[in-house]
Amino acid sequence: MAEIKYLSEHYAKPEYQTLDGYKKFGGYEMLAKALKMEPQKIIDEVKASGLRGRGGAGFATGVKWGFLPNNGEPRYLLCNADESEPGTFKDRVMMERAPHQLIEGMLISAFAIKSNKAYIYIRGEYMGPAAILEKAIAEAKAAGLIGKNILGAGFDCELDLYLGAGAYICGEETGMISSLEGLKGQPKLKPPFPAVQGYLRKPTIVNNVETLAAVVPIIRDGAAGYRKYGTEKSAGTKLFSISGNVNKPGTYEVPLGYPLMDLINIECGGLKPGRKLKAVVPGGSSAPVLTAEECKTATLDYECLAQLGSMLGSGAIIVIDDSNCMVDVLSTISHFYHHESCGQCTPCREGTGWMERIIHGIVHGHGSEGEVDLLLKIADNMKGRTICALSDAAALPVLSFVTKFRDEFEYFIREKKSKVRGGQIYAQISH
Amino acid sequence: MFKLSDEGLKYVKNELTRYEVKQSAIIRCLYRAQDENGGWVSPDVISHLSAVMEIPSAQIEEVATFYTMFNKTPVGKNHIQVCVTLTCGMLGGRELCDSMMKEAGCKKTGDVSPDGLFTFSKVECLGSCDTAPMIQINRDPYTENLNTEKGLELVRKLRTAGGAGASGKGH
Ligand SMILES: Cc1cc2nc3c(=O)[nH]c(=O)nc-3n(C[C@H](O)[C@H](O)[C@H](O)COP(=O)(O)O)c2cc1C
Ligand code: SF4
Ligand code: FES
Repeated sequence: MAEIKYLSEHYAKPEYQTLDGYKKFGGYEMLAKALKMEPQKIIDEVKASGLRGRGGAGFATGVKWGFLPNNGEPRYLLCNADESEPGTFKDRVMMERAPHQLIEGMLISAFAIKSNKAYIYIRGEYMGPAAILEKAIAEAKAAGLIGKNILGAGFDCELDLYLGAGAYICGEETGMISSLEGLKGQPKLKPPFPAVQGYLRKPTIVNNVETLAAVVPIIRDGAAGYRKYGTEKSAGTKLFSISGNVNKPGTYEVPLGYPLMDLINIECGGLKPGRKLKAVVPGGSSAPVLTAEECKTATLDYECLAQLGSMLGSGAIIVIDDSNCMVDVLSTISHFYHHESCGQCTPCREGTGWMERIIHGIVHGHGSEGEVDLLLKIADNMKGRTICALSDAAALPVLSFVTKFRDEFEYFIREKKSKVRGGQIYAQISH
Repeated sequence: MFKLSDEGLKYVKNELTRYEVKQSAIIRCLYRAQDENGGWVSPDVISHLSAVMEIPSAQIEEVATFYTMFNKTPVGKNHIQVCVTLTCGMLGGRELCDSMMKEAGCKKTGDVSPDGLFTFSKVECLGSCDTAPMIQINRDPYTENLNTEKGLELVRKLRTAGGAGASGKGH
């Protein structure tokens, strides 16, 4: 097995950004094909393809679309391009290299779910990709691909870009909906789920950039064609964002089920000379960390990573070699979650703050005995009792780092310095 | 007192009808006003927008304070946002921030340098971890694959450029 450019086949071609370039490689032909299909047939095809959400939770896309109530209310399609989970950058690559692929996928999806209005919610920092998308949307509008009576098939759909302004929580689907409504981006209690009551209390489907783009080849190749790649429960290919201590970090598309170590050693050119693998965060900062030993058998699919107690998440892989202090690495993660908690729920607001303060104390040499167990206890109490999953996402890295690298935490507390690099980590040398 | 330019007013009017509900225009209008106000959202920016948009100022203020990309205090000509999360943290983002700040004459994050040219913020993952450590200056395209040496050089270059922002566009 090796890298497979299925979604990303033409990403290296600069002309693929433009409407003409995109059309040269079959662009918008699948929209034309889809508009001749029964909407329900498209939903069935997506269901049969086994496509699962690429935003983090991995929920079956066709099944989600099937939750829309048949009550005649207007429906909305929202593309989640908030991409703020630390380690993740593949949506940016997709939007920069193939903005029309996303637009085509969205138009097909909107037609399938009978929506006449779609938004791309993009994080405010992504000014580069936003400019590329705005240009592509304008091109598509001018060519009659967005708007009234698309391709003469009698389907109307408007598509617009909405800019965020710096808040991880707006990636959570109900937080995103609040933000789109012009409010603070605070999540809302579920149920009702967005499919039933979402944007402006109307039925709304929220899908990730990569999920919506994948609808295009599903229409082209059919469910069976799509299933040529991947495993039974993890169908298709996926774009992985790989960063950290590898020679060639970047975005790579591989079939699901691909061995993690192959991706690190073959596609990414392995680690720096003389360095040893210590750990890998396999699915964005929220995913429990894997030890080097666990990585040996890990394959990149939903089942295997779940079996290892972690998750595929957004497909963001952070490779950590033996020059890193795990206490220090966790300190940046815990700072992130405390900073991003929206503050509505006590366990999340207080828990993220408490954990950050303890870890901050440890890396500054002020840790005290018992704090390792205290961290585990706080994290445990944050799980499963809040409005959204950020609280769990903050607890999981703490639980896994502390459990799997407990000796580094205990050493740091006892010796008041890191076990690695002779103790020379940021917090210790910065003042 | 802050007032939008004529162009800015036109922009706001257009945004107000762009979305299903008019308060969805708040974010983009705040960006516009922040840009025209030298990079930050002062209290009079909020009252002016409230008057122009016919939206209660409390509602605009709520949005301005919730999102990190609106600066609630003045910033230098170049607002340098250094990513310090996971990968950038591992690969030297925090050290980079400290040395650039020192070179620029800022004692801590949030300060405006005496020459008015720089403010630094430590920010969370900007979605470019394969080019860590990296920064964003104002709302320009990212500056990537940095190290201390390149960071210091950048500060010096921006200082020589003086009044003009990184892109020459200002905020
Ligand atoms: C705290 C938090 C942050 C999230 N951030 C993102 C994000 O940046 N992008 C994304 O696509 N999904 C994100 N999600 C998941 C969304 O809530 C939602 O499940 C997803 O957009 C659905 O699309 P999918 O089914 O295509 O994956 C986040 C979830 C949580 C709890
Ligand atoms: S879990 Fe945290 S981020 Fe989510 S709604 Fe509650 S306080 Fe906000
Ligand atoms: S960690 Fe810095 S860009 Fe992601």
